[in-house]
This record gives sequence, C-alpha cells and structure tokens, in this order.
Amino acid sequence: MNEQTELTPVEGIKQRSDFLRGTIVESLADNATGTLADDDTQLSKFHGFYQQDDRDQRAERARRKLEPDHSFMIRVRVPGGIATAAQWLAMDSIASTYANNTLRLTTRQAFQFHGVIKRELKTTISGINESLLDTIAACGDVNRNVMCTPLTEKSAIHQAAYLAANTISEHLTPNTSAYHEIWLDKKRVADSRDDEPIYGPTYLPRKFKIGIAIPPSNDVDIFSQDLSFIAIEKDGDLLGFNVAVGGGMGMTHGEPETYPRVADVIGFCETKYVAEVAEKVVKIQRDHGDRTNRKHARLKYTIDDRGLDWFQSTLQEQLSFELIPAKPYQFLFRGDEFGWQEDQHGDWHLTLFVPEGRVQDLGRHRMLSAFRQIARVHTGTFRLTSNQNVIISGIASTQKQLINRLLEYYGVTALQAVSPLRQHALACVALPTCGLAMAEAERYLPELANNIDELLIRNGIENEPLSLRITGCPNGCARPYLAEIALVGKAPGRYSLFLGGDGVGKRLNRMTHENVDEGEILSILSQWFEKFAKERIENESFGDFVHRHELRLTEVQ
Amino acid sequence: MASVPQQIISPAVTVGADELSALHSTVVGFDRDQLIWSSGYLAGLAGSQAQAVASPSNAPAIVSAPSDDSWTIFYATETGNSRDIAENLAAESKAAGIAVEVQDLRDYRPKALTKINKALFVVATHGIGEPPEGTESFFDFWFSKRAPRLESLEYSILALGDSSYVDFCEIGRSFDERLKNLGANPVVVRSDCDLDFAEPVARWSKEVVQFAGKQNPASAAGGAARPLQLKAVRNAPLLISKESPYLAEIVTRQRITGARSSKNVQHVELDIEDSGLSFLPGDSLGVLPSNPPQLIEAILGKLNFAGDEPVSVAGESLTLREALLRRKEITQLSKPILDVFAEAHPRLQNVLRDRASFSELLETKQLIDLIFEYPKSWDPQEFVDALRNLTPRSYSIASSIDAIADEVHLTVAVVNYEAYARHHWGAASNFLLGETERAPVHVVANEQFRLPENTSAPIIMVGAGTGVAPYRAFLQYRQAHAHSGDNWLVFGDRTGHDDFLYQMEWLRYRKDGLLTKLDLAFSRDQEEKVYVQSRLLDNAKEVYDWLERGAFFYVCGDAKHMAADVHQALFEVVRDQGAMSPDSANDYLAKLRSAGRYQKDVY
Repeated sequence: MNEQTELTPVEGIKQRSDFLRGTIVESLADNATGTLADDDTQLSKFHGFYQQDDRDQRAERARRKLEPDHSFMIRVRVPGGIATAAQWLAMDSIASTYANNTLRLTTRQAFQFHGVIKRELKTTISGINESLLDTIAACGDVNRNVMCTPLTEKSAIHQAAYLAANTISEHLTPNTSAYHEIWLDKKRVADSRDDEPIYGPTYLPRKFKIGIAIPPSNDVDIFSQDLSFIAIEKDGDLLGFNVAVGGGMGMTHGEPETYPRVADVIGFCETKYVAEVAEKVVKIQRDHGDRTNRKHARLKYTIDDRGLDWFQSTLQEQLSFELIPAKPYQFLFRGDEFGWQEDQHGDWHLTLFVPEGRVQDLGRHRMLSAFRQIARVHTGTFRLTSNQNVIISGIASTQKQLINRLLEYYGVTALQAVSPLRQHALACVALPTCGLAMAEAERYLPELANNIDELLIRNGIENEPLSLRITGCPNGCARPYLAEIALVGKAPGRYSLFLGGDGVGKRLNRMTHENVDEGEILSILSQWFEKFAKERIENESFGDFVHRHELRLTEVQ
Repeated sequence: MASVPQQIISPAVTVGADELSALHSTVVGFDRDQLIWSSGYLAGLAGSQAQAVASPSNAPAIVSAPSDDSWTIFYATETGNSRDIAENLAAESKAAGIAVEVQDLRDYRPKALTKINKALFVVATHGIGEPPEGTESFFDFWFSKRAPRLESLEYSILALGDSSYVDFCEIGRSFDERLKNLGANPVVVRSDCDLDFAEPVARWSKEVVQFAGKQNPASAAGGAARPLQLKAVRNAPLLISKESPYLAEIVTRQRITGARSSKNVQHVELDIEDSGLSFLPGDSLGVLPSNPPQLIEAILGKLNFAGDEPVSVAGESLTLREALLRRKEITQLSKPILDVFAEAHPRLQNVLRDRASFSELLETKQLIDLIFEYPKSWDPQEFVDALRNLTPRSYSIASSIDAIADEVHLTVAVVNYEAYARHHWGAASNFLLGETERAPVHVVANEQFRLPENTSAPIIMVGAGTGVAPYRAFLQYRQAHAHSGDNWLVFGDRTGHDDFLYQMEWLRYRKDGLLTKLDLAFSRDQEEKVYVQSRLLDNAKEVYDWLERGAFFYVCGDAKHMAADVHQALFEVVRDQGAMSPDSANDYLAKLRSAGRYQKDVY
C-alpha cells in the first residue's frame, strides 16, 4: 500500500465547507455551466446528489465545443424502503417533470432520479421534501439509507425491526442546517453555529452502511454492510439483535490491498440499544478510520488494520451496557417472494419483479403508468426491496381484482414471466450516467441473462435460484462479491468473472477469470453448468459446487 | 424633361426667364446622360471663368463662384467599401490634376460643411435605413431644424446599399433630398449602387472627375479625365480582393450546437497558409458562394428550362445553369427583380407599394417563392438579366491569426428550411457546408470594430447567436498579446445546454482568468424570456463602473432587435447609475461613440 500521510483532498473540502455549505448556492446560480464547482461536487453527495454526465454523448459534445451533457442523480432516502401511495405519486411526478421519466429503485431500497439538470435541482429537491421524504445523507461520507426487510406486516418482529431501522436513521441524520438553507429556503439563524455531535465537522472518512435482517431471510445482504443487526426472535417476540461489523463490497482492480469483506458477528444487544451501538460504532470509525486514503477508509480496513479484538474492546469501553455473545440464527434465502401474500390481518401484499430496478414505460410494458394508476386508488403503501423490486402493500381483498386488471392492462403482468435467474439478478446503473462505470451493467443484464438462461436450459437446471449480479466497476453497488456468478466491469465489453458465492450471502465469491469478454464468459459458464448438472450433490447450490471444486479451477479453464 | 422654371432666385445670382428659356432650348433632345454631362460642362465653365454662368438645366439652383477650388470627398462607411471608393476616387482625381481631400464623416464636425463649397459624398446605408456606425451625429445635425442653408455648396452623392432591404440607399437618397432643400446644388446626379457596385461606381466617378476637371482650368485644358479604374488602393500590396479572391481550402466543418438545438450553427475552418491574407480582430471574411445546385434545378424545373440554354453575363457566354450557379443571385430578393415580376402581376405591385408588406416580402420570401407565386414566362436571357449579380457574403471572423496561424475560422448559421411547401437555402452557408473543398474568400476590413489600442483597457462584449464570433477573435488576440485589460462577455441564445456557442472555450478562458466576467441570457431556459439586455440591466452598476474606468463597449449580432434593445439598456444604465437626465445620458453615449468606445457590428 502507498504510504500516504496527508489527508485526502476531500477531507480539506469537508473541513472548509462550513458544515456542508461550500459554494453550492453560487454553483447553482452559475448558468455558464451545467456543473457545480469542483469542491461542491464532493459536498453535493451529502445533500443526496451526484454530478454525472451522459457518457454516450461525451465525445460528440466535445467535438461541438460544448461541455459534457451534465445532469444529476438524486437519491431519496427511504428508511426501510416504505413509501406511501401519495409519496409514490410525488416521486412519479418528479420523475416525469424533472428527471428522465424513470424511477430507479436502488439496491439500498432508495429511489433514484437520473437526468435532473442543475437549474431544476432546487425545485426537485424541495419537491421531494414536500412529500416528507428527503435526500440528506443519501450519499456522502455519512450513514446512508438504513436497510430493512420492508414487509413489516409479516410479524410483530418485522414491525419492531422496521421501527429500529427508523430510530437508527433519525439518530444518525446530519445535524447541519445547510441542507434546509440551500434547498428549503430556511434562513440561517444569525450567529448560530452548526454542531455535529456524532460526526464532527469532517463527518466520516467514507460512506457508512447499515442494514437489519430478519432470519431466515437475508434480503438486505447484511454481511455486505459496515454495521448490521440480525433480529433474534423468541416465541414470536423480538428479543434483540446480533450485531455484525466490517462488511463492505468495494475494491479496485489491480490493487490487492483493496478487497470485499464479509461482516463479523460480534455479539448481541437488546432492541433499546441499537441506536447507541450505531452511534458508538460510527464514532470509532470517525476517530480511527483512515482519512489519508479513500480506498482504504471503510470500517472493514479499520478493523483489519487494528484487529477485531481491538475493535470489540474499544466498542465495549464506550457502551453503557455489556455486549453479550451472539445468539444462534439461520439464513436460508435472500431473494424476494414474488406474487400475492396475505398477512395476519387479512391484507394483501403483491411483490412485483421490476426489471433491473428501473420503473419506466417501455413499449407496451408501461410499469410507470401502471404504478401511477394504482397509487391513485391504493390506500396502502409501496415497499422497495433490497433486490430492486416493489411490493404493493396493504391491499384490501376487494381491491385485488382492480390491481390485477391494471397490471394486466399496462403490460406489467407480462413482465413478470421471466426466468428465475433474471428475477433474482441485480445490476447497478453503470453506463451511460455513472462516472465510475468501465462497462455496461443495467443495459446489458437482460441480454446476458438470456444467454446464460440458454446454457441453463441446455443443462436442465433453469429452475435453480442462481444469483447473478453485474456491476460496471468494482465498487460493488449491486453487491457482486456475494453472488454465485458475478461480472465486474473492466472495460467496454470486458469483465472480471467471480464465482462461488453461496446462496444466502455469507461467503464471498472469488475472481476466477480477469478481463474476459462475453464469449469467454459463456464458454466458462457452459463448462461449469455441464459439470454441475452431472456432479452436484443433492441440494447443492451452484455456488457451493463451484466453491467445492475451486481447487481444480485451473483444470476447467 | 421637367418643365422650365419661370425664374430662379438665389442670394448670389438671379437668372431670368429669358435666360432659362434659352438654356432650355439648347438642351432640348438631350438624353439623361447628355444632360448630366452638360451639367458638369456648364459647371466647369463656371469654374474656369470664375464668374456666374448658367447652371445645370435640370438642377434647380444657380452656383455662385466657389472660393476654394479643392473638392472634399466625404465617406460614411460601415464595411469599408465607401472608404475604398472615396480613396480610389481621390487617386483618380489627383491623377487628373484635381485637388481633393478625403474625409471620414465620423471625424467631421457637422457644421464645418458650411465652410466648403465642393463636396462629394460616398454614403453607405446600413441595416434598415441607418447611417453607418459613428456618422449618426453628422446626419442628425443636417436633418435637424438647426441645419443652416447650404446655398454655396456644390455636391454629388454616391449612395451604397442593398436592394434586398426595403430602405435601399435610404441615407444617400434622403441626404440628397435634404441638401437640395437646404439650397445646395447637385452637380452630378446621385447614383444608387447595389451590392455589385463596381460598374455604377466607375460611371459616377467618371462623371464626377469629368465635371471637376472641366471646372478646373489646369485639367480642363488637358481635356477629359482619364477613365477611372476601380482598384483596391487600400489593399494595393495584396493581390487578394473582392474581385480576385483567394481559394481557401475548407479544413473543418463542425456543428457546434447540441443535438436538441433548433439551430444548426457550424464552426468552419479555412486554410489560408501561403495566401498572404492578413486580418485583425473585428474584420470579416467575404465568401463568394456558388448557389445550391438543388435550388438551381428547382428553378430550372419550374421555369421549364433545360439549363443548357446559352446566355450572356457581362459579355461572357455561359449556359443558363452556369450563370445561376456562379454569377447570379438566386436566393435573396431585391427591388429590381421584384419590379420585373410585378410588371405581370398587379397584385404584386400593390404589395410593393405598401412599405410594410414590401418589407415583409423581402424578409420572408426568396426568389423561388416568387417564381412559384407569380408565374411568368421568361426567356433565359431576360431571366438572367433581371437577376442581381452574385456577391460575396460577409462573416465576422472568429479567430485571430496571431493565435491560430494560417487559418481563418467562421461561425456559420446554416439557413436551410421548409416554408410555403418549398425548400429554402442560404447561399453561402450551404456552399460552405456543401461538397465544395475550397471557397473564394477575401478580407473585409472593419475599422469600426476594433480592440482598444490601450492594452489595459477593459472591454464589454455583447453578442447574441453567431454575433459571438468576433469576440472569440478578440480573446484569442488579447491572450496572444498578453493584454492586461479585463474582458467581460455577455452572450445570449436560446438554451444553455445546446446553443452556448464555444461553451468550452469561454469556460476555459474564465477559469484561466482571461475572461473576467461571463453573463449569459438563455431565452428559453426559464419561464420569462431573458435576453442580453436584461443581463446588462441586472449588472447595471458594474456596467457603469466599467465604463467609468474606460471600458470599450461592443455589440455584435442582429441589427433589428438586439442592437436597439442593447442601446436602450445601456442608456438606462448610464441614466440611472450616473444619476443623469436623459439628455446627459445620451450625450454620455454619444461621447463614448465619438471616442470609439461604443462600437457595433450588427447585421
């Protein structure tokens, strides 16, 4: 690793920013460019948006002596992924008025708008706030959207876990009034000093992710989170949570000192202590995280550099209670359960597959229109799953038929008929808007999944619930390193292939091939599928099979 | 010929009815040219005798003996043509032994005209019936009620204009009327010249020199003056001129408006290495186009011509197609061709009689529309003869040769649209962007649009659309020569995303500090329409502060709306920020103009 002793430039930007103000107001007023001033592009993330450009148009715009086609991605914080029908309508209206007519559902249960231009940022963000959602801390070096199984009606435990997620989210929301001044025209109180009792003036060294899972579902992929809580039940009641720390997906191609890491379960706490645990873990990372290298700044490196024992004792010293040994738990799956489910109160919940998490009108499949019509008659909520799907929740049995008809009419029902592989696949946004992407992801997944499905059918294993994830870069937005098959972008049309994750997100996969194209990927997978179909042990998942044979990988190539 | 006046009285001399009658009978049967020649002859007699003699027969004034034999050749120029003509005329006059002086009207005190007796005016009309930049105060004075009588002035006017405008040669024409009303004596009949002015200029110059020569004993003895040949005195060292352009290779054509723009604006780069062409920021490039082949075929088809019919253009034998391709104006309309169409169509005569409908016609229709809407059977030669000669189009140069050697850059708005169910083309833009590899070009100097000589003087550049072109040259030049003056650009167009011409360059200049201030008005980026003048008013205090510390103010672009709106905004800025009366504010702006600190390049 490079010895870097100086703080990263981003640390200076945060320090100078006067609690995240920077020169964002001046940047918004400059109509000579669709961009923000350089420093403000870092600060904007704390306010919930990223500056991006349409990379498909970059070269042509440069020839025309015009700056790139800049726009902004705005992420809306939706703790636990629950939005009311009115909030859905507000998001829909913003998507069609200010964004590119699509609503992106993220792998962290948030809404994302793409294509918002600078001069409409303020109206868009204030519109989001009017719907009682917000964007503060949706990105940036702070705690992001807190994930949680969204189907709270499943049990009292689900309801309690969701409340815990909200408690943590509120507790860790930045305190600065900059957000309200810039976007909501709140006047700064004269002589007032901002204070960030949890974060301090330079916030965290890097992003921070928290999730809550309720076994046996690991839908939120808790081993990928910096901090996570596993609900522990006893006789139908929530006993408390196992605490896990140090998960994280991001890595950089060719830099072995960067790596994905699965979280360690370090103990158990009662429900009333979740906010305290979260605060103390955040503060340890605040004080001990590496601020000299952003590629080495996540909690996972702090823990690995100093040892898990150090971390546990440091945390224990700061807690007002004793963390006791973790309780037993078991994860059995992490995918969504599609279709209709009835809860204990007789209400209905419909989980729908959203291709690549993009709610849009595409040809005769008009999902955006369908959900708009449903939101107008629906009295319940919309739930965003961590698998980028939607649950229309709290439907009275009398409404079921109407909703079915609407879905049929707008061509959404037809979209549901996809293979299990596609249903469970994840893709990040990547090209053309993400500045980090090296290869296609969201736009390429349908074609890739089709090609892989052909191989699966040829081997008679098309009904296996294989997890396929694809990202445009190694930073890990779609949590690729926990998939059975993952493609991580290297260059246009070229990926590194990762195989051997388990089906429930506890074991990392391994890179088996670096920098291969589609033909090579399909040929490698074809050999594995053939072998798997013939030699698998009963009930063995594909990932486990590959893992078991890993030592013989070279022979397969 | 007009009826004989009964008696003419002037303060200097009285001509009785008998004398007039005698004169009249002498010239009965003379044609127009002979009459004009006679007027000069008679005036010449007057000069040689230094005594009162009969005046020109068709000029209602009698000339008193001039006290000074020297002629002053005044010019009022926007593009430099009037100046070139004036200087050529001066050279020819001197060669004929006639004492002349050349005087730029911008630098002339209006009242000083009362002190001289012999004046020739070469006067361009600019834009929509306006005097050239910087000469407004001269004409304002002479059209005002304060103007004194000019009984002792002998004069002639050469008016330059463009007959595709309704107020063709308006300044020259109205100034001629005015001088006559003030008692001055037109010794040679005014000549109104269109864009292809070489021939009428030569004719007028010849008459003027003949007249002056006969008036002047020294040259009168030598007989007729030598025939005047128009040559570019100013560009004498250069071989390249409007008449003999340089064939420049077009090396780059690049659209610079975004994909969603409603306008196609192209950045064109021409290679002029080895041409010897030189130009300064503010100059324009004359481009002599060939006409769009599709348009020629459309015209030929509608008129049932094959295109290979032989025709004659200026004595040269060509096919009709060749004549339309390279020699004749077939896009813009002008008065002469409209008059020919109108002969067969009383409906069109009515349109032409009404100023508003005439003006609208010129602005909205092209020749192809007339051919379809006012059918007429033409004979090929008759058709060619009715058309104006094809003349170069001027583009403000968008580069500085001191920054980008061997190249000249243009910012070209492509005219290409459907209207009245027909396709319409702009001649030069389609030529530059068509299949041609080379374009005939020459430099059109523009002394009225120049950077300050003082390298530390601040400048404010206001431009809309392709009017931003010369400012690109300005900044390139100021950067190349390390000028320390502040630079402020106020640019306007439709949208920031797709119509911000040269956006990356301006942003880089701003980042580098060369561009001190950048203000933009994108009319379609918000509910209310915002234009460049709005930005001047938004920044009123700074505009005034800059002017107070010696800033030069430039305006480039649309003459009809923008230039007037910007002027009004500037007036309000000066009035409000300087706490001045309207009159003082106007004086302030007039002083800026006369100091060369308020310059316009509008079209």
